[in-house]
This record gives sequence, C-alpha cells and structure tokens, in this order.
Amino acid sequence: MTPDISIDFCGVKSPNPFWLASAPPTNTGDQIMRAFDHGWGGAVWKTLGIPIENVSSRFGAVGYDGKRMMGLNNIELITDRPLSVNFKEMREVKKRYPNNTIIVSLMVETRDEWRDIIKRSLDAGADLLELNFGCPHGMCERGMGSAVGSEPEVVQEITSWAVDYSAVPVIVKLTPNITDIVESGLAAVKGGAPAISLINTIKSIIGVDLDLLVPLPRVANLSTNGGYCGPAVKPIALHMLASLARHPKIKDTTFSGIGGVSDWRDAAEFIALGATSVQVCTAVMHHGYRIVEDMIDGLKNYLAQHNMSSVSQLRGRAVGAFKEWGDLDLSYKIVAKINEETCIGCNKCYVACLDGSHQCIYLPGMSSKSARQLGHPHAPEQIFFEENSARLKPFVDEHECVGCNLCELICPVAGCITMVEKPSTGKHLSWKEKMQARYGKLDVVA
Amino acid sequence: MPLSVLENNIVEKHKLFGDREAIAEAQRCLYCYDPPCVKACPTTIDIPTFIRKIAHSNTVSAAKTIFSANILGDSCSKVCPVEVLCAGSCVLNHLGETPIAIGRLQRFATENTRQKLAPEELLGPKKLASGKRVALIGAGAASLAAASLLAFEGHQSIIFDKRSFAGGINSYGIAPYKLKHQEALDEINWLQGLGIEFRLGIEIDETKAQEILKDFDAVFLGVGLGEDRLLTMPGSESAGVYGATALIEKIKIDPNFNLNGIERAHVIGGGNTGIDIAHELCLLGVPYVAMLYRGSESSMSGYAHEMAGARKSGLHFFPNIQVKKINSTNGKLSSFISDQSDQEIESDLMVMAVGQSGGTKVAKFFPQVELDPRSLIVVDADYRTGNPKVWSGGDAVNGGKEVVNAVAEAKIAVRSMLEHLAT
Repeated sequence: MTPDISIDFCGVKSPNPFWLASAPPTNTGDQIMRAFDHGWGGAVWKTLGIPIENVSSRFGAVGYDGKRMMGLNNIELITDRPLSVNFKEMREVKKRYPNNTIIVSLMVETRDEWRDIIKRSLDAGADLLELNFGCPHGMCERGMGSAVGSEPEVVQEITSWAVDYSAVPVIVKLTPNITDIVESGLAAVKGGAPAISLINTIKSIIGVDLDLLVPLPRVANLSTNGGYCGPAVKPIALHMLASLARHPKIKDTTFSGIGGVSDWRDAAEFIALGATSVQVCTAVMHHGYRIVEDMIDGLKNYLAQHNMSSVSQLRGRAVGAFKEWGDLDLSYKIVAKINEETCIGCNKCYVACLDGSHQCIYLPGMSSKSARQLGHPHAPEQIFFEENSARLKPFVDEHECVGCNLCELICPVAGCITMVEKPSTGKHLSWKEKMQARYGKLDVVA
Repeated sequence: MPLSVLENNIVEKHKLFGDREAIAEAQRCLYCYDPPCVKACPTTIDIPTFIRKIAHSNTVSAAKTIFSANILGDSCSKVCPVEVLCAGSCVLNHLGETPIAIGRLQRFATENTRQKLAPEELLGPKKLASGKRVALIGAGAASLAAASLLAFEGHQSIIFDKRSFAGGINSYGIAPYKLKHQEALDEINWLQGLGIEFRLGIEIDETKAQEILKDFDAVFLGVGLGEDRLLTMPGSESAGVYGATALIEKIKIDPNFNLNGIERAHVIGGGNTGIDIAHELCLLGVPYVAMLYRGSESSMSGYAHEMAGARKSGLHFFPNIQVKKINSTNGKLSSFISDQSDQEIESDLMVMAVGQSGGTKVAKFFPQVELDPRSLIVVDADYRTGNPKVWSGGDAVNGGKEVVNAVAEAKIAVRSMLEHLAT
C-alpha cells in the first residue's frame, strides 16, 4: 500500500509536506501555479510588505570539489511588486488550486500595517500566514526581519498582534542569527503562535573577489552581508529544529523545517526531528521545480520500506534520542575494522588517523621502530606486528582505537571500514551519572 | 603549395583537456597517501599532489611538481604507456571504476604551463656558471633530461646529434596520435631556454670522440639504439620493404613520402613499434593492414591496450605465422609466401618490426666503454660506464624502454656526474 504523505498543518490539509519557501521561486502567481503542476504541496508566497527596490547582483554561491551551490547567499529583499498585484494573483492561484496550500509570508513594521496586510492576505485566500522575523540582510537595517527575530520580546509582541488579527493559523519564521534558538521559540509560543518555521538564512559573506578584493556578491565596487542557505546549512537547521522539538514548553508547536532540504532524505531527516512540512528554496533555484517528483516518490518508498503507512508515523521519531552530551553512555565502545578484501589500498585511513586522530592505523611492512619514527607514539612491541605480518592492507590496533569514526568517514569504499561494537566492560554510565555518584547531586550541568 | 608530412593526417588520440574537464577529472582523484601510481612512475612524480593542485586551479604549481621530478614531463604525458604504469595501478581499478586520466592531467598542467613560463621562471634560476662543460652524444630523451638537469646545476651542456634536428625518438619515432614531430621540437625549444647548446648534423667518429674526451669535463652517451634489424630472406632487398622505425620516421618528417597506391600492408613483429606502425598505416587509410607474428598473441611484447587500439582502427592480426620468401616484380615487392602454405599473399608494403641493433658504432669510439653481447652499453648502478669520465642511459643501456625510463636513468647518471664535476 502506498503510504499517505498528506499532512495536517494546524488543521490545514496539504497534499504533501513539500512546500516552497518564501523566496524567488514563489515570486509570482504564475510561478507558484507551475510549481503546483509539478507536485509541490504548498508554497510560501515571497514575503509581502511595502514593496522595495532591489540591487544587482543579488546572489553568491560556494561549491565544493566541483559541485556547484553547496551554499547560496542572497541580498534580494522582499517583494518588489505592488501588493495589489500580488493579492490579485493569489486569489487566482487559490481559485485554480484549492487543494494546495498557500502560505503568505509577511513583513511590515507598525501594528496598523500588520493589521492591514493580514486582512488583505486573508481576503486573498491565504491558508496560513508566516511572519518573517528572519531575513538577515537589508530589511533588518530597517528594523524588520532578523532585527525583530533576534529580540525575543519583540517576537512575542508582534506574534501576539498577528495571532489576534488572523483567522488562520500563524507560523513564526525564526532567524538562526541568535545565541539560543530556544529563547526565540519560547517567545513565539508565548505570543500564541501555533506553528514555527525555521531556519531563515544565516548572516554571511559568501566570498571575496580576489582580483578586485571586494566581497561577494558585488554591487559595483561594494558588497554587503547576505543570507546563507543551501545544503551547507542543513546541520545547523536540524539542530535548531530538534532543540525546539524536544523542549517541554515548545514541543507541542507545529514545525515547518527549512534549511538545505534538497531531496527526500533531507526531508525525512527534518520530519524525523519533528517537522510536519519542509520548505525548499535553494535546490529549486539550482534545478527547477521538477525535483519534487523524486522527493515525493523517495519519501513514499522510504516510508513503505520502513513499514510506515503515513508520514505522520515518522514525525518526531528521532527527537527522543537527541540528548545532552552528559547523557551519553561512556561504557559504549566501538573500534574500526578494515575489510582487507574490499580495501583498495588508498591509505587515506592511515594518514587521516596518523595526522587527524589517534595514530592507531598501521601500514603493512612497518616495524615497531619505523612506526614510532613515523609518529605512532603507542606502537606496540613486536608481537603485534608479527600477528599482522601477512597483511597487505592497512590494519587497526584495536587496543588503541578510540572509535572516533574518522577512517570510516573518509574511506572511499562503501562498507570497507565498519565500526564494530566491543563488549562493554561495565554497566551503562553517563557523565551525569558519574558526577552524581561522585558528588551526590544530579544537577551538575551548567 | 607547401609539402605536408603524412603524420599531419593523423589526429591525436587524447585531446588536451579544457579547464572544466581537467578540474572535474582531478576532483575524481582520491588523493591517496603513498599510493601505487607514484610507485609505478619511473621518475616518481608526486601524482596526487599535482592532481590536487589542478583541482584547486593551481595549474602552474602542478606543472612545477611534475617538471621537478621529470623535466620531460610534457612529452611523457603524451607518450607514456600510463595504462601499464600510473593509471594502470590507480586504486580505482580495484573498484571497477575508470582510473584517473593521469597522463591527460599531466599534459594539461605541463603543456599549458610550458607555453607561459620558461624553465627557470617555473623551477627557479640556474646556479652560477661552474665553468664545467659536459658533452652529451645523441639528442634524445636521456641526453635532453641530463643536459637540462646539468644546466640547472650551472654546467654547460652541449648536445651532439648526427641528425639535423634534436629530440631523438620523440622527434622521429613516436606514433603521431601520441606525439607529433613539431610538438617534440617545441618541448626542446623550451628546454633550450636553459642555455643548452646543440651541435646538429655531426657524426661522431674516433677522432671526434677523442677530442670530446679531451675538451669536456664529462660525457653522457645517449645514443639510443641503431638501425632497424631486418630479417634476411629471399627478396628482402625489394623496394617496398621497410624497417619499422625507418618508415615511422618517413611518415613523421619526410614531406616527399606518401602511401599512394598502397592497398595491402603487412607488418612483421609483435612489439610496440610494430603495433605503432601498423596502427598508423590504418589511420592513414591503407585499406588492408595485417600484422604477422611468429608466436601466440599472449606472448607478444606489445601492450594489450595498444593492440586493442590498433584493432579498433581496423588492424588484422595473425599469430603463429612466419614470412619465408618475398616475391618482387621489377625489384618491387609484390607478394610473399609464409610458412603456413605455398600460396602467394599479395602485398605492396612490408614492414619489419623485429627490433633494432644496439647503438654500438658511436660507443665503440670511447675507450673503456664496454658493450654487452647485445651491443648495449654496460653501466654500473650510477649509470657510469667503464670510462670514469663517461656515463650513459636510455635505450643504449636498457635496450629500448620508454621515454620516462630514459629520464629516470638520466637523473641517476646526473647525480653521479655532479659529484664528479664538483671535484
């Protein structure tokens, strides 16, 4: 049976959890309708407010080892089109696509402006509102966007206005440009918001033009900080989402996960850490709306393979395992094991362990003496090398291996290096338990 | 209309990578530690390092890494049998993946950089002139490499060659789909920037050899191998019967040579020179080219990958066959008879690729230089001959290996020569 991937987001039904984030791909009604034709479940309309004027250029990107757009940054502002045009198009989209979800992103300044724009959004058919408290470039200099998001009191206040004025559920979009996301999350909850989306983009300089010596993206011979997004920011987003999803006072909020979602696997990770929907921008800017087909099919296949009949069965399943360091079991022990059969002899694990970890991997032909000279401080006496004298590939000293995973991570051959669990020498013992036993109190974590 | 040599009709097998291609290929490299590709290179070029530099758009530095290990790194990038050396030992082969195109990446770095920077601009200035002079006999790869390394050390290198151009086999004996005559000369012009002097068109005889030994502080014999060995049999003197290297040279540099009217060509041999000339004849449009080898295919000394390439170009191959007699009409080859039947087999071009004689003639003029029974020059571990003032390397010593082997041997010889010159 095909798993059901439709979602219920604060009472609003959406055909799937894949939404377009508020960004250039949702600039116009025409774009959003084409996106819906491709299968996107919802779209967060590019932020509406008092229309602005933009600069060129607007985007910068970094690649990694030949792959482009590992990270993207932008200095484009909110909509530059008249509100009346935006709302007219929105009505048309909602009429033609009644089953898809329209979320309207908003950013204005005064209480009156918020009241007015919320009313116009509802009139145009918005299913949900998203308060843009995150934009870290341009708008924040005018007291909006992340300037709001980084002040919990202001977040709470404006949220309470919006919740008050709105007949549809309000999502508060949080900025990662803060010290502790929990404070922002609590402010949104206190303001009465039933939903939070995160993360907005991260304040960044994407690079420097080394010929002109001007940061990028370059506008004439100047630049400014932009908002960073794309695959590179996903780990930051996952952490912030999980931090809210496990917090006792925030966990009942509905979450929309944002930050580097590029494929079904990314989406599944966000959902497992508590997201009901995910929002995508960079991957669409890179490859087009068409990527959603793979996302939908991939998520369904994953759910089916894991015997889940609906996406709601995945939601939040990994949150409970996200703990503090002090909760981790100190008695758990794994060591690296290199499969001599599949090893291709690139020796990358050797040099990584030697220079980047704990000097526990040896090359064939080494003697105890030569190993010490090459930088193995704890090379064992002869017996160890005699045992391994017949080996043709690098080998691990299991007694010294700390189980760090580095060799497994860099090995280019899938499955060649595995981390094998060793029998633990004692019962489960976390650092907190150890401290409790030593000092007789549990509350030792600052 | 200017006359054109036949080799210009042959296109190169591997085009020069464009920037994007080179970087993408370089990024595929695993950047192994102490890897087999370096161990497989006779000149031990630090391959992962130069490839990583290409990947990070640091091409000039990549070329520096290559040239500092192999001053002929550019021609080696084109002529090296990478399939059996570096790329053949690439660890990706164990994954069933295409190995890194190390030769093509090396070419990308060296060819592009060579056109921009002189040797000293790339590798640092020569040492102050020592006043010492070294004569290098033969202008092939071994001498060129030795002369360049000596030049960097401040010694005056003077290269003698009987031909009117330098380069040796690189200039007249490499299959054109790998390296063309003019490309070889371009590399030599680049090296000439080090102040190497060429004395071309000079045959060394006994008197000259004595003069050289008297006038120079050291001598390097980079004389290569001698003429093609020809099978003697009835009719082997007929027109239309060539030695392999002689015919390759005609294709590369003789503007008056053509293959007009040649319909059926036969190449006798099983080595790489034989495969090269057979492959060239195919590429030049000879309708039927057959290679005849006296043994089985598995016992051929030619590389399997070269054979596969030639076959793709249309080469026919027959193992376990020997030519017994050549028939001619008006002194010109018309057919031959093999050991398999008495039937005449029509042929209008026959190439004997059965090896070359040792480079004995010149070596004999230098006293105390010993030759082995195959007429190869005898050297010690430092590539020094029986004459303490004379070193040797390359084909004249190893009997015919790759350009990269000649460079590797020249490096060892130069190390020893430098000690001698320092005294």
